Amino acid sequence: MEQLVQQVASGLANGAIYACLALALVMIFVSTDHINFAQGELAMFSAYLVWQALDWGLNFWVALPVVALLSFLIGVSIERVILRPLHHAPVLSVVVVFIGLLAIFHSLAGAIWGHTIKAIPSPFPHFTFVGSGYIGPHQIGMILVTVALLVALFAFFRFTPLGLAMRAAAQNPASARLAGIRVDWMLALGWGLAAAIGAVAGSLVAPAVYLEPNMMASILLYGFAGALVGGISSPGGAVAGGFIVGVLENLIAYLGNLFEKSTGVYVIGNGEKLTVALIIVITVLTLKPSGLFGQVSVKRV
Amino acid sequence: MAALLEASGIKAFYGQTQALHDVSFSLAPGGITTLLGANGAGKTTTLRSICGMVRTEGSIKLDGRPITGKATEDIIRLGVGHVPEGRGTFTNLSVGENLRVAAYTRKDKAATERDLAMVFEYFPILKARMTQQAGTLSGGEQQMLAISRALMLSPRLMLLDEPSFGLAPLIVQEIFRIMRRINSEAKVSMLLVEQNAALALELADHAYVLETGRVVMSGKSADVKNNEAIRKSYLGY
Repeated sequence: MEQLVQQVASGLANGAIYACLALALVMIFVSTDHINFAQGELAMFSAYLVWQALDWGLNFWVALPVVALLSFLIGVSIERVILRPLHHAPVLSVVVVFIGLLAIFHSLAGAIWGHTIKAIPSPFPHFTFVGSGYIGPHQIGMILVTVALLVALFAFFRFTPLGLAMRAAAQNPASARLAGIRVDWMLALGWGLAAAIGAVAGSLVAPAVYLEPNMMASILLYGFAGALVGGISSPGGAVAGGFIVGVLENLIAYLGNLFEKSTGVYVIGNGEKLTVALIIVITVLTLKPSGLFGQVSVKRV
Repeated sequence: MAALLEASGIKAFYGQTQALHDVSFSLAPGGITTLLGANGAGKTTTLRSICGMVRTEGSIKLDGRPITGKATEDIIRLGVGHVPEGRGTFTNLSVGENLRVAAYTRKDKAATERDLAMVFEYFPILKARMTQQAGTLSGGEQQMLAISRALMLSPRLMLLDEPSFGLAPLIVQEIFRIMRRINSEAKVSMLLVEQNAALALELADHAYVLETGRVVMSGKSADVKNNEAIRKSYLGY
């Protein structure tokens, strides 16, 4: 039982990371209809920027907002400079650009900071409490930051005119132009927000998994699974999906271990966690393509 | 009186295909002008070229200032409300959000609130539907919402693309009645594109008839209406 609680708790902690990345994926998806395969590498690059700032002696909580802002600008520039000429290009061209970006940021990080593993210390204070045995301060911090991020984004999209304009531009660009909205800038803004969220995700992951150019490779897949489970069009759903995937992968591995212990037959275990994520992706796409919380829009014809 | 909108010799292209060959017209401030013609004559394209939604050559001037080649959102910001073909509803947003989006570019809060009140006076049904997802509105209600969105820009000129399309005759009458009120009370000039020529000539004071991308005749609505040759050959009634 104790082990079960522990597995759920650490699943929630991993889920927070997936949720963050899923949120970034959703941000770009709702504003441009694309899945940004380079999202993970962008987040990794941002984490390196945080490491660099720490190395220069900055405090983490000073470095993170600065890096998030910088990542925001990088995201905006990518959209304006690289993707803008491709607005009318077929989707495959855009996918190729994403893969190119992935390779570029991957190599860039390696070239600048090297391929050896670096460590970012956890920014959260160490303290002990009743549940300390199950979940550490960094894990709790990650969950809190993710939830705070979601609340802030929700408020932004729901209550500010700019957020509303972004939703309108995503949904019906032609009509948005007729309302005087600068649609091109809204897309760039979506990219900027995604990159900033990715920066938060990356710099929270880094203390948990060590910093190196490959650190986001599998996490991006989990984030993608989370976004799909929750509904790729729904920020809240993406966060919920991230947590669900995090808990589910741990629980399934845990049950697999129990099964092996009692019967001696190995079916599934810690080694197959990524497989679990991929099975989740396929199951969701087959049974409920819009995800658990995705919006199925009503349309009168 | 100086023209509010003056188009001379405009040509418009969809890719390689030329849709407008030589369209010239001018709108007097405060008036309602209608563009008539068969399917494919270039009525919708004319509205789209005013708003920079299609590649356009020639000269279009708003208040004497050239607007050809400007981005759609910049032309809109000069006070042109466009009620597009197909109504352009933001289907996943609520009715209230649709109206707020339309006022996005405005900074004058008090006047915006007044315009919202005015919209609800014209179309009380929209007030009742404020929180409803706009995609679930009926066709007539969506047309009302489209006109209201244009109104929320506080435009001087409103371009209307077939507001009667696909609606029951009673609803069409209601909408046209309110368009006349908007024109006289809110002092919004209108350029109306319609398939239903009889209806349009009833509302408008000036008419232009298009055929395959050219203006073939123009005049006061009454004259066009009473000219049997034009009616038979271009308007089909």
